[in-house]
Amino acid sequence: MKTYIQVFLTFARNSLVRDLSFRTNFLLQCVTSISWAIMNWAFFKIIFAQGKNIAIGKGTGWTENEFFIFLGTVWIINAIVQTFFMPNAQEFSELIRTGNLDFALLKPIDTQFLVSFPRMNWASLANFFLGVVVVAFYANVLTHEAVNPLSLSVLQVFLYVVFIGAGVVIMYSVMISLAATSVWLGRNQNLYMIWFYLTNFYRYPMEIYQRGVIGWGLWGFFSFVVPVLVVANVPARTLAQPLRESGGNRWENWLILLLFTMALVSLLVSRRVFRWALSSYRSASS
Amino acid sequence: MVYRGDFIIGVMMRFLPFATQVFMYWAIFETLQTNGQSEGRLTGEIGGFTFYDLIAYLLLVTVTRAFSSMPGLTSGISNSVRNGEVKKYLIQPIDMVGFMLIQRVAHKLVYYVMAFLPFAFWFFLFRDCFTNGTPGVEVFATYLLSLVLSFLLGFFLETCMGLISFWYLEVSSLTFIYMLFNFFLSGHMFPLTWLPGGFEWAVQALPFQYLAYFPAAVFLGKITGAALYWGVAVQIAWVLFFFLLSRLLWHRGVKRYSGFGG
Repeated sequence: MKTYIQVFLTFARNSLVRDLSFRTNFLLQCVTSISWAIMNWAFFKIIFAQGKNIAIGKGTGWTENEFFIFLGTVWIINAIVQTFFMPNAQEFSELIRTGNLDFALLKPIDTQFLVSFPRMNWASLANFFLGVVVVAFYANVLTHEAVNPLSLSVLQVFLYVVFIGAGVVIMYSVMISLAATSVWLGRNQNLYMIWFYLTNFYRYPMEIYQRGVIGWGLWGFFSFVVPVLVVANVPARTLAQPLRESGGNRWENWLILLLFTMALVSLLVSRRVFRWALSSYRSASS
Repeated sequence: MVYRGDFIIGVMMRFLPFATQVFMYWAIFETLQTNGQSEGRLTGEIGGFTFYDLIAYLLLVTVTRAFSSMPGLTSGISNSVRNGEVKKYLIQPIDMVGFMLIQRVAHKLVYYVMAFLPFAFWFFLFRDCFTNGTPGVEVFATYLLSLVLSFLLGFFLETCMGLISFWYLEVSSLTFIYMLFNFFLSGHMFPLTWLPGGFEWAVQALPFQYLAYFPAAVFLGKITGAALYWGVAVQIAWVLFFFLLSRLLWHRGVKRYSGFGG
């Protein structure tokens, strides 16, 4: 275990050194990703400015301030995924295609660990801090609201962090499974696209899908098969408590249970997929 | 077009974010319902658009964007200036901008032939959202004209940005600013009528609305009468402006240009 932590820290240091060697580029990347996030925020600001009662779904409680906590949570999770997992997943596909995975297989360390963490894209972490600021800001606004203010305890903030952790586990599992498919597909240049389209579904409160046959179908698929819907929803609900007025939702605890179950299951499944992929791996060329 | 299946799946996938948008707006428009009519059709309006108008609008905007967006044009020109590839066009008896235009036209034609089925599928799926029925001949002709113009506008605008690299080698920050403006002022994310009042002059003064909003709004009958023809005229003016600007930039640029290496 100690070795793993040491190796992880070395990876982290090396990536940071590499990222910071091109300082202007690093700053530009930070600015770009922050601008994207701000555009996203402005887009919803424009929507919420269209009327006083606008919410994401009737009776769901996702009005402006609550929803921006949700959005900030999405940024936090996205930033973690893009910093730690995204570059590695792409690199993994590349290793398979070129046959350089051989070298990783030979090393005396768990292969999944080795391919999961060597590169970190520290510039993406800018949005993490932006997300934290946005969440804190809107949480503060909500606790000072005149009507029905939000009351937050230390325990809730702690749970929020834990739930985000569980959500990140799910995202990691989905991503590593996707990357592992390149063993069979040969190349996986569309990995980023598929990832983008899949994760597009987790960026909104899950209530929006709970209507119509297609909606419920999507909801079921993204809650139980590719469980990305619980990833941002559960932590954001814990903090923003959109239904605090009506005394909460009786499904709330079930969602938390679902989050942890899915985190565990998806981690195990992704481990299996990874192993399976390695057993079908045949080195390229040479 | 070797990977035909891959291509069609790709175009289909492009609409997946669209599906989430439909659900999101569905949820939002639901909050506009007054209590008596919580079931059935959504009647609320935001900025003159009902839920169904909005879906139709977003579909149409996807079509316009397919015409007006030029992936890789600016960066392509910029790169060929930087690494000296532009010499290729200087010694051949062809005009670079003209050559690239023909290339884009061919590319878009092939794209449309291939993308027709996926597009038709999604339009068919949401056919009920076109509440006004099919537009009249006049409106439809204007729509087609403004689509073609949006293609030309997109092309010459991005060409101009690419040609600026004769002076400044690095134009990626310029493209980023362009994209930023495009996001808010072209209307490909939301109808421009939603923008706060203070932005009206910016929409009218800049060419971005003709890259996405204008043709879609024409099709939906949101722009009628004199405003329709005035809009097309302004769009033509913008195309001419950027066409002339690109000629000017090209001639000035080539004079400035000195090829190294090769």
